[in-house]
Amino acid sequence: MVTDPNNPVLQIEDLSVAYVTNDGFVNAVNDINLTLYPGEIVGLVGESGSGKSTMANAIMRLLKGDAIVTKGRVKILGRDVYEMSEKQLRQFRWSKMSMVFQSAMSALNPVMTVETQILDTLTSHDKSMTKAQALERAKELMNLVRIDTKHLKSYPHELSGGMRQRVVIAIAIALNPSFVIMDEPTTALDVVVQRSILNEIRRIQEKVGFAILFVSHDFSLVAELASRVAIMYAGRVVEMTPSNTLSLMASEKHHPYTIGLLEAIPELTADEVIITGIPGNPPNLRTLPSGCAFHPRCPFAEEICTKERPVAVTVGPSDIECHLYSGKGMKQHV
Amino acid sequence: MRYFLNRVGFLLLSLWAAMTLNFVLPRMMPGNPAEAMMAKFQGQLSPQALTALEKQFGLTNGPILVQYFDYMRSMLTGHWGLSFSYYPTKVTTIMSTSLPWTLGLLGIVTLISVAFGTLVGILIAWKRGGVADGIIPIVTMFLQAIPGFWLALVMVYFLGFKLGWFPMAHSYGNSVQVGYNVNYLFSIMNHGFMPAVVVFLGGVSGWIIGMRNNMMTTLGEDYVVFAEAKGVSKSRLIFAYAARNALLPQLTSLAIALSSIIGGQILIEQVFSYQGIGYQLTSAVSNEDYPLIQAMFLVIAVTALVINFIVDMLYGRLDPRVRRGGATS
Repeated sequence: MVTDPNNPVLQIEDLSVAYVTNDGFVNAVNDINLTLYPGEIVGLVGESGSGKSTMANAIMRLLKGDAIVTKGRVKILGRDVYEMSEKQLRQFRWSKMSMVFQSAMSALNPVMTVETQILDTLTSHDKSMTKAQALERAKELMNLVRIDTKHLKSYPHELSGGMRQRVVIAIAIALNPSFVIMDEPTTALDVVVQRSILNEIRRIQEKVGFAILFVSHDFSLVAELASRVAIMYAGRVVEMTPSNTLSLMASEKHHPYTIGLLEAIPELTADEVIITGIPGNPPNLRTLPSGCAFHPRCPFAEEICTKERPVAVTVGPSDIECHLYSGKGMKQHV
Repeated sequence: MRYFLNRVGFLLLSLWAAMTLNFVLPRMMPGNPAEAMMAKFQGQLSPQALTALEKQFGLTNGPILVQYFDYMRSMLTGHWGLSFSYYPTKVTTIMSTSLPWTLGLLGIVTLISVAFGTLVGILIAWKRGGVADGIIPIVTMFLQAIPGFWLALVMVYFLGFKLGWFPMAHSYGNSVQVGYNVNYLFSIMNHGFMPAVVVFLGGVSGWIIGMRNNMMTTLGEDYVVFAEAKGVSKSRLIFAYAARNALLPQLTSLAIALSSIIGGQILIEQVFSYQGIGYQLTSAVSNEDYPLIQAMFLVIAVTALVINFIVDMLYGRLDPRVRRGGATS
């Protein structure tokens, strides 16, 4: 795979996605800008309903039902996903970008063998591929995700949760994509299996070298895996920061929401465990608070926060949307 | 293989139960066939004649177990007795002349109806919200709401009597020669057309709407979205990924529908004087023709069991989770 490190695999420019409802548009994703470089792992964290999965589906052009892209562009390897014809999209998707679904447990068809489902992926994209070649590749993939090739003949219900997840990952990387979205790939699994799948992802990623957008609500997990982390709140990326800054010990400045998330992580090694949650509830997307959507829950909120939405400013290694750093607030933390 | 043996075992057990019930139930009724025959002649038979009839019908006062084993042996060897109303025609002869007509007409129409309805259901679910999706379910539901016998009467009156397009009764014309010739086949089709239309319209809506709704559910499943994302072609997506899973509940409905064919559609056969098993059953009941009724109930029960067995087998083929037992999510 030859990709220039300066040429991003994924460029999201001002992307907004809305759900059409009887009461008009409800914006689930607002003005997202995000760039991924080849071989990079970027995390995307946020609470439930913050727009993570909607964004992931928007990148894949898989939005269903009433969700529509209202603004912005998604470019994969320089090509705008939304300017392709249906046919081009069908070929492009999966060969350049792919996705491990949130509900990977149910992503496999219960009445088809693993083999059929992998071969379908391969032969749908390369009609010239013979059955034998495809089978060879399927075995290769099974070895890559470390499942015995005899399970090619198995049906999904005969596999454990972790094995099913590995099969889904094998299907996702079947065509050597440059970019894979992993939408909460370990959510349905227990902690031990979670760990092994995560190690597996890291190992394969190092070997094959695709870029990953790792979507999760598990803050510590993402911080460990990714090199950069985007923190989403109410459909916006409120902070983009290198993952090594994500510790209460680190001296870098953060968005108040990020600080709240960090304080909510239990420390296993600490003598006294004090977990502080973020007060309040995630906002209703229909009636977003004015100004900065986080202000009703923010311990640093002041007048400007209720009136004007902050724009992203660079603070040390991070980009943060907050009036603490915008120079407009009374409390200056810079 | 274990699944297969399991199913065969169940089939044999339920066959035995059906035959035994068929033995027990008539014996719990008051009187016996000879007395019924007697009543038919309104006491104009002498007691000697009654004894003669009892002998002829094989009625004994022997121990019930002996009777039971005699009954089982006769049933299994095809000695199903003589019909009263067509005395002395064998019950088996009546069955073998009426059953093929019912199976042929209703069986074929039901299968066509299922195949057509399922296919239409798949297509309108795929184009959900489209024009066809708006019209077809409503129109077919309207047609299904019309009682079959009423529609049959209307058709007999207008298409048969007034216009003379189709024959009004029987399964083939009197003048054609029975055998493998074009005229005979044409006559069968011509006679079968109106009942076929009635049965088709009566069932097709259920198949369309059932399949449409199953498809809707399946199309929302993650594995279908995943398959779409991974680039599977549209036809393979519809048929191999979505429809195959949506088909499973249809199969259960098919088993029920096929089982009811044998006994069902009595009214329609009556209206068209179509000499199928439903028609025979009505006349058997009104003539108190016990051997015939008993034989028909047995055939109906056995058919239902055999069809269920076949569907179980098909289910196993279509859904690996059933075949190997022990399904987890």
